[in-house]
Amino acid sequence: MASKKPAVSSAAPPPAALLSQLWTNYRAETGVRLQLVDAYMVFLLLTGILQFVHVVLVGTFPYNAFISGFASTVGAFVFAAALRVQTNPKNRQGRDFSPERAFADFIFCNLVLFLAVTNFIG
Amino acid sequence: MLSLGTDDQTRLLRVAALTGVALVAFASRLFSVIRYESVIHEFDPWFNYRTTRYLVEHDLDSFWNWFDERSWYPLGRIVGGTLYPGLMITASALWNSLHALGFPVDIRNVCVFMAPIFSGLCAVATYLVTKEVKDSRAGLLAALFIGVAPGYISRSVAGSYDYEGIAIFQMMLTFYLWLKAVKTGSAFFGGVAAIAYFYMVSTWGGYVFLINLIPLHVFALILMGRFSNRVYVAYSTFYAIGTLYSMQIPFVGFQPSRTSEHMAAMGIFGLVQIIAFVQLVRSHMASKQFQTLLLGSVGVGFVLAFAALVFLTMRGYVAPWTGRFYSLWDTGYAKKHIPIIASVSEHQPTAWPSIFFDLQVLTFLFPAGVYFCFRKLNDEHVFIMLYAATASYFAGVMIRLVLTLTPIVCVAAGIAVSNILDTYLKHSPPADSAAEKVASDAKSAVAGSSSDKAADKQPAKDKPTGVRNSESKLVVVAVFAYMMALFVWHCTWVTSNSYSSPSIVLASYTPDGRQHIIDDFREAYFWLQENTAEDAKIMSWWDYGYQIAGMSNRTVIVDNNTWNNTHIATVGLAMASPEPRAYEVMRKLDVDYVLVIAGAVLGYSGDDINKFLWMVRIAQGVYPEIQETDFYAANGQYRVDDTASKTMRDCLMYKLTYYRLNEMYPDGNAWDRVRQTHVPAKNIKLSTMDEVYTSENWIVRIYKLKQPDNLGRPLTDAAAFEENRRRKRKHVKKY
Repeated sequence: MASKKPAVSSAAPPPAALLSQLWTNYRAETGVRLQLVDAYMVFLLLTGILQFVHVVLVGTFPYNAFISGFASTVGAFVFAAALRVQTNPKNRQGRDFSPERAFADFIFCNLVLFLAVTNFIG
Repeated sequence: MLSLGTDDQTRLLRVAALTGVALVAFASRLFSVIRYESVIHEFDPWFNYRTTRYLVEHDLDSFWNWFDERSWYPLGRIVGGTLYPGLMITASALWNSLHALGFPVDIRNVCVFMAPIFSGLCAVATYLVTKEVKDSRAGLLAALFIGVAPGYISRSVAGSYDYEGIAIFQMMLTFYLWLKAVKTGSAFFGGVAAIAYFYMVSTWGGYVFLINLIPLHVFALILMGRFSNRVYVAYSTFYAIGTLYSMQIPFVGFQPSRTSEHMAAMGIFGLVQIIAFVQLVRSHMASKQFQTLLLGSVGVGFVLAFAALVFLTMRGYVAPWTGRFYSLWDTGYAKKHIPIIASVSEHQPTAWPSIFFDLQVLTFLFPAGVYFCFRKLNDEHVFIMLYAATASYFAGVMIRLVLTLTPIVCVAAGIAVSNILDTYLKHSPPADSAAEKVASDAKSAVAGSSSDKAADKQPAKDKPTGVRNSESKLVVVAVFAYMMALFVWHCTWVTSNSYSSPSIVLASYTPDGRQHIIDDFREAYFWLQENTAEDAKIMSWWDYGYQIAGMSNRTVIVDNNTWNNTHIATVGLAMASPEPRAYEVMRKLDVDYVLVIAGAVLGYSGDDINKFLWMVRIAQGVYPEIQETDFYAANGQYRVDDTASKTMRDCLMYKLTYYRLNEMYPDGNAWDRVRQTHVPAKNIKLSTMDEVYTSENWIVRIYKLKQPDNLGRPLTDAAAFEENRRRKRKHVKKY
């Protein structure tokens, strides 16, 4: 997750123009719901980075707490990504999921994940 | 049945067939119970049984915190944190639910029948996997194969209460859910697969195979350009939930974030995220340059992740591969560096006959099934191919890993056979009658024109190259039916002859065919329980540690959980040293009794003298005073007769094994039926211990250590003194 940023910026030759182009396209082509999910994902990304920085600076001491915190952000992030993928109208092809089904999956996964998180956080 | 439609009838038949297969899988594992009795087998199951009993008698909380002072004396063992609890928890849950329903079943019987029950379930899971890959017809065949294949039965007969018995079921269940997740792209199935994975992790260390195979599948899909949103969703949810859950098992702990075995999964997880992100960006740019961006970022990400892994390994954050793991790549590694791993016979490389013995005709159908996967080549077929390739390799390296190979062989063979039957056996009655009609036409008409007619009559979905002659169909189908019958016959024969012996109860046959039960082990362990002090410490080679703890309820020095090599080497040192030195070592270990297994009288070949060289090797690794070469006879052979070296004849193990053996035979005729040699006729003198018990057939011999001499003399001197005095007294009496 944290390694995403460099991979993108290094591969775009005229960065500023390309990125602004990307941004306008994104705003124009993405529905409000998806943008909401994206905002949630960015929030989780930042939370994850924050935890990582904290661990690098302070140390890993309650390692189980760090793991469960970090894993919960990573998990919630990928579930949101899965939700986004499944509800994105662009990805609709054939026997795909209804948004309701995707959301139910999302909730199921989060429940399962946070069961372990609360058990592990100590 | 008449009121049901064809579909319903098929479904009913399918369920009936699957139930039948599960029952066959259950029933064919009961030889040992019928022939002997409902008893726990072998070595490790005794520990599992003992812990399960503890769990049933106490609650889960005290199970986690159980400190076992009965093993690894004086170190003890933190049981809750050093075992995979899945098996015990499953058994006790089964026991509790049976009791709740009002069946007062003994926990021993639950444990004995665990493996057969789960083998039945494994047949169902294999059916599901194969159904995902091909169809339900192949699934039924694969279920039948896994139900009776000796490769799996070897670890799951009734009484073999071990991790593998239920782990294979869990593995197949996880694979099924994983394939389902990949095919549907559903986060739900990803999550459920992760829960099944968690169940597997809680049971067997072999989960490492799973957590490397699934990322390998994803990686292969990426390389083949088959990466899709379905794969993304499936793998992301599976990994995110599965990893966190696997850390809930105390024995696994933080390993998934720290050891190299788990790093591939993490790396692929990161890679998948990057690819998904790049794809998202591309969807908004709609530009061709992102094709290169994709490849570039994949390459850069892979290199970066690998560099980070190497860096972290060097800095010590990530543990490097463990010894057991190295021995998978270099088969000679264990023998050179870790004799304790190499000493276990199931860690030896597999011989070709044993693969045939375990899989029979499936060995040849297996490549055919994989070939059919190549022809279809969807995501799930890639998985089957990867599983086949990796498992074949590992099965060649280690005998016990034939177990992980068996399911995929059954799946592939099921695919192959069902493909053949699909070609040679029509399902729909109209097609059959058409074929028959054609066949009858063929008698009168010219061959060429009849095949033309047939092509017209066949439904459009049939390939024009199909076989239409009913005789040739019949021949092929009959051959395969015969092969299958032969296979089932072979499986039953192997199960009944090789895999159904409990190894704590032996059987021999009298010339008139009656069975004679040899029950020395339980006899001796019972003697220990009845005749020794509650806190007596028993020293034996580690193989018997679990059995002594389980059956005699006495403290043992080392057992089958070989976690402390030095401790085992110390026991090896005591066994391999001459008496005075051995006594010194045993006093330090606070040993009260020594137990050895001696097969000389009966010809029981799994005895301690045959294992002795491993004791020497393990001891040598820690205590250089022991040298393996000293134990060979002058001609370099391992002998126990008159030509045996002095070190060999002086060592404790030799003395305890052959002590008083020659009293059983006429002078000079003492005979070792395992080694097929004479044993030296000279009386063996023991001065530091007394023989207290020898079982009926001399298999188990127990000796009690003498207390140190009152006058502070070494015990050998004291014994010599006593003997001299006795002789003198005799001498005096004569006159």
